[in-house]
Amino acid sequence: MPELDPRERLAQLQQIVQDLLAEARRQGASAAEAGVSSDQGLSVTVRLGEVETVEHTRDNGLGVTVYFGRRKGSASTSDLSPEAVRDTVRAACNIARYTSEDPCTGLADPELMAREVAALDLHHPWAITATEGVDIARACEDAARAGDARITNSEGATLDTHHGVFVYGNSHGFVGGYPTSRHSLSCAVIGEDDAGMQRDYWYTTARAAEDLDRPEDVGRRAAERTLARLGARRLNTRKAPVLFRAEMAAGLMRSLVGAVRGPALYRRASFLLDALGQPLFPAFVRIHEDPLKRRGLSSSPFDDEGVATRARDLVRDGVLQGYVLDSYAARRLGTVTTGNAGGVRNLTAELGPLDFGGLLREMGTGLVVTELMGQGVNLVTGDYSRGAAGFWVENGAVAYPVEEITIAGNLRDMFRGLVAIGRDADAPGSFRTGSWLIESMTIAGE
Amino acid sequence: MTATFDIARATLLDPCGLGTTDLERVLDRLMSSGLDAADLYCESSRLESWVLEDGIVREGAFSIERGAGLRAMSGEKTGFAFTDDLQLPALLEAADAARAIARAGQGRSVALRAPVVAPALYGAESPLASLDEAAKVELLRRVDAEARAQDARVRQVIVSLVAAHDVMLVAASDGTLAGDVRPLVRLNVSVIVEADGRREQGSSGGGARGALDFLLGEDRALGYAREAVRQALVNLEAVDAPAGTMPVVLGPGWPGVLLHEAIGHGLEGDFNRKGTSAFAGRIGQAVASPLCTVVDDGTLAGRRGSLSVDDEGTPTQCTVLIENGVLKGYMQDKMNARLMGAQPTGNGRRESYAHLPMPRMTNTYMLAGPHEPAEIVASVDRGLYAVNFGGGQVDITSGKFVFSASEAYLIEGGKIGRPVKGATLIGNGPEVLTRVSMVGNDLRLDAGVGSCGKEGQTVPVGVGQPTLRVDELTVGGTHA
Repeated sequence: MPELDPRERLAQLQQIVQDLLAEARRQGASAAEAGVSSDQGLSVTVRLGEVETVEHTRDNGLGVTVYFGRRKGSASTSDLSPEAVRDTVRAACNIARYTSEDPCTGLADPELMAREVAALDLHHPWAITATEGVDIARACEDAARAGDARITNSEGATLDTHHGVFVYGNSHGFVGGYPTSRHSLSCAVIGEDDAGMQRDYWYTTARAAEDLDRPEDVGRRAAERTLARLGARRLNTRKAPVLFRAEMAAGLMRSLVGAVRGPALYRRASFLLDALGQPLFPAFVRIHEDPLKRRGLSSSPFDDEGVATRARDLVRDGVLQGYVLDSYAARRLGTVTTGNAGGVRNLTAELGPLDFGGLLREMGTGLVVTELMGQGVNLVTGDYSRGAAGFWVENGAVAYPVEEITIAGNLRDMFRGLVAIGRDADAPGSFRTGSWLIESMTIAGE
Repeated sequence: MTATFDIARATLLDPCGLGTTDLERVLDRLMSSGLDAADLYCESSRLESWVLEDGIVREGAFSIERGAGLRAMSGEKTGFAFTDDLQLPALLEAADAARAIARAGQGRSVALRAPVVAPALYGAESPLASLDEAAKVELLRRVDAEARAQDARVRQVIVSLVAAHDVMLVAASDGTLAGDVRPLVRLNVSVIVEADGRREQGSSGGGARGALDFLLGEDRALGYAREAVRQALVNLEAVDAPAGTMPVVLGPGWPGVLLHEAIGHGLEGDFNRKGTSAFAGRIGQAVASPLCTVVDDGTLAGRRGSLSVDDEGTPTQCTVLIENGVLKGYMQDKMNARLMGAQPTGNGRRESYAHLPMPRMTNTYMLAGPHEPAEIVASVDRGLYAVNFGGGQVDITSGKFVFSASEAYLIEGGKIGRPVKGATLIGNGPEVLTRVSMVGNDLRLDAGVGSCGKEGQTVPVGVGQPTLRVDELTVGGTHA
């Protein structure tokens, strides 16, 4: 399909946003905001050395929110035509006739709008054909299947690349947009021994193709992870220290963010109400947000309301420094937005001195968790209970793989009982951390 | 059904001036590279949602999605492209992108048959228009008032209402031509209660393929409000859940999420064709106690997981998965059925035109057994009685699955005792049903709020079961 010059596409989308805002004004809205995106991509999967799927994607989206005083209505569509602009605004206006007056609703305050759209180096489209994509995915899967006869089957390797343009604007006069790209390569393979089958995966993702891990390394790591699970046993029910491997520790950071987000706070649906300024973690913990990181996977110069983003510490010296708010939540809580409409962007836990081996020795005897299953995190109470798989560790060394167990505790106790954060920050994604060693949790098993 | 097809044609084809010969032309283009099969899926969906919070209707949203997905298959290879433009040139361009997986080959001309006739399981009318806006808002307010009237400890009530109307038309190289018009409504209530500094939540809801009057009938919507508050108040009294392996009695209805996770996903055709499921190659073997018969049934009128025809135009059916403990069959879409030498079972589903179809569940449930529910609870000396759950997850290769209880009680000396905090239960899919020693006579289906995720695609599903006793299941509490 034909490619459009991103600058030309950006200008087109900016015009659609202007049209949406003008149409909202014409239909009587006192304020409005709109977002338009256009994205295209290619995804190829190779399984057992053969092409399995080749998918061409082309996604468009347009959304508008109109305000009539303190009442609002929203509408969206996948159609970017002028008729869709008019119809979508009309649908949003119709909704706004029936929503309630809400004193906290409205656009973010005008003085908070980003003054300039900083260039964050987020756009590196990958001019790749399906055939070239297949070759990369095949190299990845081949490496996963090559090393060990116990790798008997595969779910395949997938190369995914997409790029597009996004524009947001509102009736304060703010209109900002920028092109982005994202590429990823993943691989999942199955190993088998007398005890049965195990599956695991690995992946890499980046804004620019040159920042991806090598296909062979991704494949080999997927195979290593699968092989390490073979022969997994259960454990007896017990209490023990738990080491969350880096990719799982990122999930604990997500739980923290979930509990300090605006809706959880103003609904009183968080175990961290009134936790601002309180020590949640030991003093060595620092968690930093950097929305302006160059090539960052969730970088953005402005948030989903046009508010300028900025770097900050979410946790410093173990103490919660701020909440994660948009302007609606901020008004509900009597404070100001933190520029987090749309979520947190690029969160990093400051790395500690120990590598993975050092963490195992620090733990002595306990559980390493490499997989968590289910949604058993209650952010209202902090109660945590999830299915787990990983390794049992004795005297600082991995003894054997384990599965079909649960780990349980309360997030407040788990945060307070954080013994160490490793420097083994080797997992992909926009939340970056080393492994987390938690003092004690309940393990349920046989 | 012919009337339904006429609506689909009027919605999707007529505005773009497309006729049956144009669909054949697109399929001919797809098939010109010597492919095994191809299809064209056109869809228009409209969705409206409302949210009440803090006693006010805070948000309302409306969306329209429209487009076509084109798929070309050769052996185990699939090429796919989609477009949000339903005009013929855009469809032909997408066809060229999709068919590029195959090199040159002998082309084949496609002749579409008369539209598939299947029983209508739901009305074709748009649920968005089944109540006027003022009545929708009034419904939200009444649900909110009902929840708050239950107890002074209710601090927060969130009510959401969603109505969707999905029109689809599929044309395939095997001559299939089918259309369907699918309504879907849902109401959810979530409450926070607070007492003595302790906060807990409760939630409930229901839905159907039908009009919004479903929610008004039989006091349903207000019943969800009372149920959400009841659950939250139970949780205010909950003590730490036990940790370890013990007998577990599962209540009827929504706890059937056990079946969805423990065996349902593992019996989807794609995983079995590829040999990646713990159930692969086990047809004819005992995988459950003889008390267990489990079906996937897409033909139940008005149920959330039901479909007159699936997204490949195959009429849905009631597929026996496990009969008296023996594994009988898999759930199939056309591609996996073709590659496995089996028949499609009406389980080919996709989230939208922008996603590839694959084998998915519809309504998955266990048939009733011989035992009185009270007798099942009384049979347990020390264990857990779990009646409400959040979601679950499964690793289909190792067979390990979890599901998270949101309302559960200790059983002591055959009697239901104190409520315990939510806990995750974990087990092994191929083993868990072999440990079912009692099956109740109280089969119930869930209230109609289930959604299932697979490979990034979400589709509405149903589950159900009678009260069950599982002799051994691991309960992930904190009280060791």
